[in-house]
Amino acid sequence: MSDLTGVIHDIGYQRYAGPRLGRRYVLGSLYTHGLRTAFGLGRSAKAKIFPWFVLGVVAITGLVLAAVRAQVGEVVVTYNAFPDTMSWLVIFFVAVVAPELVSRDLRSGVLPLYFSRPLPRGDYVYAKFAALATAVWILLGGPQLLMFLVAAFSADSLSAVWTEVGDLVPGLIYALLWAGVFAGIGLLVASLTGKRAFAAGGIVAVFLMTTPIVGVFAVLPSQTANDLALLFSPSSLVFGVGVWLFGSPDGNDDVGPFGPLYAAVAVALVAGCVALLLARYRKVASS
Amino acid sequence: MSGPYADPVTLIATQALTKTYGGRVTALADLTVSVEPGIVGLVGANGAGKSTLIKILLGLLAPTSGSVQVLDLDPTTDAAAVRARVGYMPEHDSLSPDLSAAEFVTHLGRMSGLPRTAARERASEALRHVGLYEERYRQIGGYSTGMKQRVKLAQALVHDPDLLLLDEPTNGLDPAGRDAMLALIHRIGTEFGISVVVCSHLLGEVERICDSLIAIDAGKLLRSDNISAMTTVTDVLAVEVSEGIDELAGRLDLLGLTARRDGRLLLVPLEDDETYDRILAAVADLDLPLHRLDQRRHRVAELFATREVTHV
Repeated sequence: MSDLTGVIHDIGYQRYAGPRLGRRYVLGSLYTHGLRTAFGLGRSAKAKIFPWFVLGVVAITGLVLAAVRAQVGEVVVTYNAFPDTMSWLVIFFVAVVAPELVSRDLRSGVLPLYFSRPLPRGDYVYAKFAALATAVWILLGGPQLLMFLVAAFSADSLSAVWTEVGDLVPGLIYALLWAGVFAGIGLLVASLTGKRAFAAGGIVAVFLMTTPIVGVFAVLPSQTANDLALLFSPSSLVFGVGVWLFGSPDGNDDVGPFGPLYAAVAVALVAGCVALLLARYRKVASS
Repeated sequence: MSGPYADPVTLIATQALTKTYGGRVTALADLTVSVEPGIVGLVGANGAGKSTLIKILLGLLAPTSGSVQVLDLDPTTDAAAVRARVGYMPEHDSLSPDLSAAEFVTHLGRMSGLPRTAARERASEALRHVGLYEERYRQIGGYSTGMKQRVKLAQALVHDPDLLLLDEPTNGLDPAGRDAMLALIHRIGTEFGISVVVCSHLLGEVERICDSLIAIDAGKLLRSDNISAMTTVTDVLAVEVSEGIDELAGRLDLLGLTARRDGRLLLVPLEDDETYDRILAAVADLDLPLHRLDQRRHRVAELFATREVTHV
């Protein structure tokens, strides 16, 4: 070590007189960094395996669906239904990626280095949330885009392409709702522990443990209870919003007159998760 | 501008700064201190309130009462502006093990607002200055403790701050590593034109490199002064005689010298060269067997312990 200091001794220190960019740049940098982390970019090969495996599975599923439709001429899974079909894969994706984004920082103690810099501590939460939501959205929206491209190129008229766009856009917006809910819950659970395995287990548990409640409410001898059943688990909640907006994919599910309630609860859930994350990091920053 | 440091005359100023947690635990009590640019040692035992003070300086904690200024800015209202000009090296492990030092420091440079290219260049520079150049593309997880401490220092330097806050920078280092780290801090403070506050519970360590010292204990200010002022005032002569120590003390008192008993020694403040002669004369007058008469340069540690006496 001492010979190193000997080498560097002669070269003088240079002050930095260049620009110091503001909040938007810092937030953008942290967001990009988070999004790259989500897919293991700039990290070891090991970190890439799982995200790219999931990405591969959803992409192939999308392609197969598109191919079947092009060959058979029958829509097997609509754009809207695609996120529902993929929900379990997304849960596992979030369970692995959310801890990578936040638990790892808690564990390594790197947060004081962020919070001693100009960025407001809320921005850390916003950047991570946006990064994870984008990653999930890419996961669900990307294959939809593939399906659209195949459909658009095999369409016989321009109006058919426009019809296709009209189907795709709601599907992408619906995927965004999935992304928001999953990212919010995933990050909130992961921010509670520095141990990634615990965080991953916790995230899966939140989705798993709540499913039986839905089942119980669904069989209660009350129409209102049945209509409200889907509210009680995050994934079925989003599904419920989908049922309200696009109708039930197989005709078995119904939310009755409570559609707007589902939408309101979904939005409140995302907002609540972000609010709790902000509170959590306010505490972390000053401890 | 005077000296190598940028404009502000007062680096850190606090007025009756107090921080209590939950109204019961007092971390800082009525701390009033003013520090000039340079290398400043902030010393105190573990739990004395050093880390609380640093967090307040960074605007991460709000003081319960009192006011604080860093680089002429108020961290309670202008935290972002303060943090833009301050580099912070935390005490505990704070590195991402799966990144290389170059990537890690570049990323944190961007978090300080440096554009992409500038962040990369300055990260390389900062790592070179702390003595990590060849190894900077290796993952931090494989680094030694000394190398990790250097990465922590590099990330505090990457955005070219005007003030560095270093919390226990020699923590976990072996003696050689400590010396290298202290030399590095000294060089940053003297050659880079960056003021440095070094927190430590080891007084002997920081007094070697600091221009001034702030000592706190249980959240209260013990003393804040220049090192030179602390040491010159308190140089003492140690006199040892094999008998008649009380008589000698009495005689010295008559001569206007305030002697203090310390076991078998008499400690006499060294006022000027004549002090020697007067002690020798007193010993000769009393015809006492003189064993020893030598100058003791007080370690700063003793200053704090015997503060009341040295003020006489």
